[in-house]
Amino acid sequence: MYAVRQWSVRHARGLNAFYRAFENLLVALDPILRAIGYERLERPVAAVERTVKGFLFDCRMCGQCILSSTGMSCPMNCPKNLRNGPCGGVRANGNCEVRPEMKCVWREAVAGSARIPGGAQTIRDVQAAVDRRLQGHSSWLRVVRERTEATRP
Amino acid sequence: MIFEDEPVPGYPLPILPGHTSPGRFERVLRAGQFAVTSELAPPDSADPDEVYQRARIFDGYVDAINATDGSGANCHMSSLAVCALLTRVGYAPVMQISCRDKNRIAIQGDILGAAAMGVCNILCLTGDGVQAGDHPQALPVFDLDSMSLLETARTLRDEHHFLSGRKITHAPRVLLGAAENPFARPVQWRATRLAKKVAAGAQFIQTQYCYDVPMLRNFMQQVEDLGLLDQVFILVGTGPLKSAKAADWIRTHVPGVHIPDAVIERLRGATDQALEGRRLCTELVQEIRTIRGVHGVHLMAYRQEETVAEIIERSGVLGGRVPWHPGRDAANSNRIAS
Repeated sequence: MYAVRQWSVRHARGLNAFYRAFENLLVALDPILRAIGYERLERPVAAVERTVKGFLFDCRMCGQCILSSTGMSCPMNCPKNLRNGPCGGVRANGNCEVRPEMKCVWREAVAGSARIPGGAQTIRDVQAAVDRRLQGHSSWLRVVRERTEATRP
Repeated sequence: MIFEDEPVPGYPLPILPGHTSPGRFERVLRAGQFAVTSELAPPDSADPDEVYQRARIFDGYVDAINATDGSGANCHMSSLAVCALLTRVGYAPVMQISCRDKNRIAIQGDILGAAAMGVCNILCLTGDGVQAGDHPQALPVFDLDSMSLLETARTLRDEHHFLSGRKITHAPRVLLGAAENPFARPVQWRATRLAKKVAAGAQFIQTQYCYDVPMLRNFMQQVEDLGLLDQVFILVGTGPLKSAKAADWIRTHVPGVHIPDAVIERLRGATDQALEGRRLCTELVQEIRTIRGVHGVHLMAYRQEETVAEIIERSGVLGGRVPWHPGRDAANSNRIAS
């Protein structure tokens, strides 16, 4: 929902802190998650993720979430799917070129990232091309697996 | 400017140390000349002569010609084909690639093909949304964005492989460019975005239309503060406005074009508005030239391409230099080529 999405950007700082804690919790739960099996968890977790992030961010389930680098403004809501900053078509009132009734997703991202510690730096990272195969998959589980597999001997 | 190591005009030049392309455009930029580029509107036609006619109009006044890629999301001859035709006779085209119509497979293939056809300059763009053009029913692709497109092209060139990791035997030797709009919101973030583009591989920048020099100066100051001035060649875009009415239409209908009220008032007050528009543009070019870190102008004169020569001539920014064009050295022996 658009109003909730805007609320999320205004509360980027708190949401980002919560997100970090939640990620650490999932990492701590890794042994349990592994025992159940990540493949088996994929569908139910993706469903929960879709519901929660759909409500908060109008999440599009790209499967490679970068919300903490974009001030909690989901870049996949940009009609051009821009993950590296606003296009040159932003209107004089700051709204989207393609959807004139919507604020530019990247204007929101710049505002949101200023509220997140270190956000002004991470928004400058160049994001690689999206892996379209991950569409619909859980970003949470992927992050946890990446983090735990990196530390595992 | 004559390059003594140019055996046959239009053929690739030897790549000098520190250069990435065998093209004349890069030579002009790296030689510290004030460069002039313009934009060719691709024809709605399969006739190659229409492309040549549209290119000839710039002869002697531009260092490179941009071939637009479905600009405004309208369908025209493809930029790759226009560039291939232009290189056949020696022009230095800048091939524009938009992310709107092609995915990463098609784009990488086009970059290899373009380089094989002698294209030395590529401008990586996001592209206008399909809603802006004559086929609003079309699927907007946007598989890559302008930033990942830059990285893709740089990977092909410098790492000699596709995004998939598969090797290519001969890398495309191209100069990579990107666009920036210093006049669109969020204004304070535009220089940062330029820094990202430079980090992603942009070697030259062509900006959106500039009609607001104080805003441009502010942007260039930020670019300088970020330490980017010696990392990228910036060509500032501008163009003649036909009338106050046309200017007003452009600023309300073309996304991302900022035209201050004072410009519109000046045009409205003139008896010959088109002439005033050309004068204004000439003054803008002269003023832009004085800004530190600006390496050239990019004149966009849609449907009035014939005015480019007059504006550049009057502005004096070429300082007597005659950019190469087919037949220059035979036809212009009376003009001083430097």
